[in-house]
Order: sequence, then structure tokens, then C-alpha cells
Amino acid sequence: MNQWNNFTKGFLKENPIFVLLLGMCPTLGVTSSAINGLGMGLATTFVLLMANIVVSLVKNVIPDKVRIPSFIVIIASFVTVVELSMQAYLPELFKSLGLFIPLIVVNCIVLGRAEAFASKNNVLSSAIDGLSMGLGFSMALTILGAIREFLGSGKIFNISVFPEDYGMLLFVLAPGAFIVLGYLIAISNKIKKA
Amino acid sequence: MEYIIIIISAVFVNNIVLTQFLGVCPFLGVSKRISTAVGMAGAVTFVMVLATIVTYLIQLYILNPFNIGYLQTISFILVIASLVQLVEIILKKVSPALYQALGVFLPLITTNCAILGVAILTIQKEFNLMEGVVFAISNAIGFGLALVLFAGLREHLDLIDVPKGLKGTPIALIVAGILAMAFMGFSGLV
Repeated sequence: MNQWNNFTKGFLKENPIFVLLLGMCPTLGVTSSAINGLGMGLATTFVLLMANIVVSLVKNVIPDKVRIPSFIVIIASFVTVVELSMQAYLPELFKSLGLFIPLIVVNCIVLGRAEAFASKNNVLSSAIDGLSMGLGFSMALTILGAIREFLGSGKIFNISVFPEDYGMLLFVLAPGAFIVLGYLIAISNKIKKA
Repeated sequence: MEYIIIIISAVFVNNIVLTQFLGVCPFLGVSKRISTAVGMAGAVTFVMVLATIVTYLIQLYILNPFNIGYLQTISFILVIASLVQLVEIILKKVSPALYQALGVFLPLITTNCAILGVAILTIQKEFNLMEGVVFAISNAIGFGLALVLFAGLREHLDLIDVPKGLKGTPIALIVAGILAMAFMGFSGLV
């Protein structure tokens, strides 16, 4: 497969959130601000990249019957790595992402890519696939976070755009997450068709 | 009294799907018809309670004494994955009727973050075993309630003339947002 196409597919054509609709829980849960969305996206990207590489390396060693549990163990190990390093170096972000860091394990994208792509392709393609999906995921999360932060509190990346008093608090809270994501998916459908 | 607070808080105030965003994937995935939603809710209740009990015991008797708390994520997810398999095998033998009803949903449950989420939350909130079980049951009820309500709304959505661009997932998400707004009305109850 053409590696460039392989790399760009995660952004629009097969974007994990807008098109594949995978990994909805962290998408909605952590995107109350752009920074949180970006942090979560990059943490997931790391796990995706490493899990894809390792799965692709060991794919011939693992018997077919136990492949799913083995993939889960590989993924869970990298999630633990992320969890511990984030706790050490980025305690603020770790606190605001909270429960959703260990929950990267059950993020359908990671297992989905390991099963659908890395277990069938060579290491380089799998690494590129992981990176592409991860960055596409981060992009979607950052956009969602930025929109919610902007509408809800008048800020983007903590930079004030309009006074906070005029913000619609609803968008920072739970309902805003569903509604903004709904419209974003509608827009991305439109762009894809055009 | 404490149990009642846990129940009301988990079912309504901090509804696991609509305010905590756990288990959104099955919430969107199997909510097209009420009957499948009820089946999924049943399967989740079953596994969630079992998983919470088992992971609680593992935390108490293995992870804590040996001081290996950092293995929490790995051990919990393995326990849940094998528990789901075990439940599937046992149900198939013992109660084929129940297996028929829940069967297709069981494999999906491994990647339902609500299960792992509730297991970890039980530890984080420092519940004892009984409180943990009540917490798991009420979260499962909250999940089922949100799922069935949403499925009911979605069945009607099929008949409504929505703008072309919003058809399908986008309108479903917007409806979920409005449902979440309704659940915000419960905040302050506990």
C-alpha cells in the first residue's frame, strides 16, 4: 500500500471519530477543553503506535485462538506506561483526565487497529497506521475540545477570546459534548461527500 | 440510608452514560431497538456486578498485600475479559434460554468501558464490598435506564423528517445531548 495514503487516511477518510465512530467515551468525556483533548489524543496516539508495532512484530508467534487476550495485555502494558509517566511528569493533566487514562485499554480504536490492521501487515505499515489513526483521533479531540471551550467559556487553549460571562456553560457540561459532536459528524459527512 | 444515597446518585445524578460518559459505545451501538437495548442492559448488569466483586477481591487480597497497585489496569482488564468468556461458557451449558437472550452481547462487553470504569471507581471511592455491589448494581440500572430511554427515542427518530445532513448518527447524538440535559435536572438531588 502507498505509505502516504496509509498515513493520511486517519485524518479524514477513515477518521476514527468522525467516520468510524470508535472510542466515543474518551471523546466525549475529556473534551471540556482543547488542552485536555490534545493530551488525551497524544496519550492514545502513543499507545496506538506502540501497540501496533508490537502486535505486528509478534503476530506470527501468537496462536490465533488467544490473540485477543494477548493484544489486550500488550495494550494494557503500554497504557500503564503512559499512566505512570503522566502521573510523574504531567500531574495536572493526569488529574483532569482522571479515570479516562486507564480506560484507554478498552478504547475500541486501539484493539480495533491491532486486530484489523497490525495483525495482518508488516511493522512499518502498522506503525504508520497507528500514527495516522492516533493523530486523526487527536485532531478530532482537539477540535471538539476547542469548540466546547470556546462556546462554553470564551477561551481557546486558555487564551481568552470573549468574556467568560457570555459563555454558554452548557457546552462545557455533558449535553454540550453530545450536541457538538453530532454537528461535527454532520459537517464531516458533508465534506466527505463533496 | 447510605445505600439509598449511592443508588440515587449512581442512577440519576451521576448517570454513568449521560454524565460520566462511560459505555457510550454500546449506548450508541445497540440502541436502535428497545428489545436489543433491554438484552444489552441485562448482560451488562450481570457482568458488571460479577466483575466488581472479583476485581475488588483481587485488589484487596493480591494487589494491596504485595504492593503492586500499578498492575491494576492490566489485571482488571484480564479478569474482565476472562470473566466474560467464563460467563459465556457457563450460560451456554446451564441456561441456554438466557444464553440465547444475552449471547450476542456478551463478547461486546469486554470492551465496554463502563465495566472497567465501575471496577476502578469502586476502588477509588474506597467502598467496602457491600457498597461496591450496590454501586455496581445501581450503575448497571442507570446504564439500562439511559439505554432503554434512548432506544425508545431512536425508534421514533426513524419516522421523523430530519435534515439530510443530520440523518443517522448526528441526530442521534443531538438527541442524546437533550436526554443528558434532562438528566442534569437531577443534579443537586443528593
